[in-house]
Amino acid sequence: MPSHRTGGLDVTGSQGPAAAGDHASAVPLLEVENLTAHYQVRPRLTQRVTRQSRLWVHAVDGVSFTLARGEMLALVGESGCGKTTTAQTILGMVTPVSGTVRLNGTDITGMPERQMRPLRRQLQMIYQDPYESLDPRFRVEATVGEPLLVHGIGASPSERRELIVAALERAGLSPADAFLARYPHELSGGQRQRVAIAASLVLGPDLLLADEPVSMLDVSVRAGVLALLDRLRRDGRMGILMITHDLSTAAHFADRIAVMYLGRIVEHGPSRQLVRHPQHPYTKALLSVVPARDPRVRSAPQLLTGETPDPVDVPTGCRFHPRCPVAVARCSVQDPALGVAASGASPSHQVACLLA
Amino acid sequence: MSLLEVSDLHVWFDLPQGQQVHAVRGVNFALDPGERFGLVGESGCGKTTTILALMGLLPPTASASGEVRVDGHNILAGGEDSARGYRWKDIAMVFQGAMNALNPVKKVGWQIAEPMAFHGIAQGAAARRRAGELLEMVGIQAAAAERYPHEFSGGMRQRASIAMALACQPRILLADEPTTALDVMVQAQILDLLTRLSSELGLALVLVTHDLPVVAQTCERAAVMYAGEIVEYGPMEMLFHQPRHPYTRLLFEATPDLYGDSEVVSIGGAPPRLDRPMAGCPFQPRCDVVLDRCAEEHPALRLVGPGHEAACHHTERAGST
Repeated sequence: MPSHRTGGLDVTGSQGPAAAGDHASAVPLLEVENLTAHYQVRPRLTQRVTRQSRLWVHAVDGVSFTLARGEMLALVGESGCGKTTTAQTILGMVTPVSGTVRLNGTDITGMPERQMRPLRRQLQMIYQDPYESLDPRFRVEATVGEPLLVHGIGASPSERRELIVAALERAGLSPADAFLARYPHELSGGQRQRVAIAASLVLGPDLLLADEPVSMLDVSVRAGVLALLDRLRRDGRMGILMITHDLSTAAHFADRIAVMYLGRIVEHGPSRQLVRHPQHPYTKALLSVVPARDPRVRSAPQLLTGETPDPVDVPTGCRFHPRCPVAVARCSVQDPALGVAASGASPSHQVACLLA
Repeated sequence: MSLLEVSDLHVWFDLPQGQQVHAVRGVNFALDPGERFGLVGESGCGKTTTILALMGLLPPTASASGEVRVDGHNILAGGEDSARGYRWKDIAMVFQGAMNALNPVKKVGWQIAEPMAFHGIAQGAAARRRAGELLEMVGIQAAAAERYPHEFSGGMRQRASIAMALACQPRILLADEPTTALDVMVQAQILDLLTRLSSELGLALVLVTHDLPVVAQTCERAAVMYAGEIVEYGPMEMLFHQPRHPYTRLLFEATPDLYGDSEVVSIGGAPPRLDRPMAGCPFQPRCDVVLDRCAEEHPALRLVGPGHEAACHHTERAGST
């Protein structure tokens, strides 16, 4: 159920740097405001018999951010933190409980499929596993051309082929003619992911959502695919929301990083600053366990005990307090809002911690 | 004499049409107790096949040659009959995705105790008690032995599969991508556990992974595999700071680092096919410093420093100085 929230909430103030470097238009490409999405837990038989109240998974709980054209934002966090649900809610695959998603200024939250369909051209998704996402019976030309048929673009086969060739070339599959007639099994992992990217580029989208775009690929080709995404957003003025658990990749390729924990953004800021001067204890712990390439750099991993708590049973106060190494008494009572870090150097660096 | 010595290990797979894939091509390495050794490379480079050969667990379509010595005894000499005596008792393995391969309808403790009974280590109450001890050793409460795998989180299941591999008190532990599907925080916990086990129990650890930073932070020495061969071998520090094979250098350059500012570059091309004979250096088509002879002459592994070997024609000139 979509609902506009314009009240005195800290929402607008808690957004990231709006439209950095984009002076042409005042409306950011993507605006996500106070997005909340819950899933219902299937009740057990005993719960049904005793008529216990229904349980909900608080997958995404009040997430706000903006993304400008030409910008890359990385959403990082452990599994279950809500990063994928956030992307699915933006795509309209999950209906939010509250909050709004605006694409180029148009509110698309909970929009009916019929109205949403033309807008899908502007909004494309790249999935994690190119071994699963491509139909093995489709040649490259058919895979990349299918979105054109769905959206009724291109009057003739030759016109469509031109668009397909252009998309393949943009995705770095050159000469494109050599790939048109191939099947997925004739392609390497990196080439498969480029075909998947071409299939989303063919519609000329403004916004790409990339869910772990390289985690299934070999190390030697990952950089190439990431460099391609980097090029697309710089030259193509495309906004990219990258979902990843890999902080090193996020630090290298994204302009900004938003760290999620249990459905909330707990820290958000320019990549370099967030990585070098983390403010939230969770971000600090997460960064400390990323192994360094250089064996001489011995990190001091700050191992958090246990794993992310069950999002059905969210802790009171700050959600991180049961695992937090520096928590004080009020952390279990008071829920910190995302705000400019007192000790941070820039107003675009925000953190949700009572102690920061 | 080392605890584990692998010399001139070759593995071939038969294809249905009568051809063969030469998947492992003359691999040599040795391990001492308590040592942590990394085997790194891209998918298809032969790293998993190598450790499956050490376990004597290659599929029937495979044939192997060479020697795998444990305390000097060649465990490959008598085929399955000689391998069986060492498997799990001396060499144990944590398989890739082991955490998802636990039997969902058996209690975790039962699954850890089963190999003990099978190998005549312990039975009944004694085996159950030992299963509890093993769980404590990997950081899980002994009482959890009475629970089922679905009641465990991913990290706990991976700990349980490590406990299972340790059931018969092996001296060598082979871990195939033990952290690949795990979150960074859980990955750090598992690597911490493996490091602790190797130093406390004197376990020789072989860590197989494509993730260079994981090896850099966990292992003292590593071998970089490419197209079925070890192309560079040595102390981790040397591999990172003074790589002598272009593939090692490029692999590190392709890996983003949290604080690094250097550009992350991919390696063009793809590894060669292993079902046909190869002339020259296997890395030559993707190499950025090719010499004339690289296309014709296959470079052998040669010593380039203390305990440091590389298979590259460039080392010949530089190494002689």
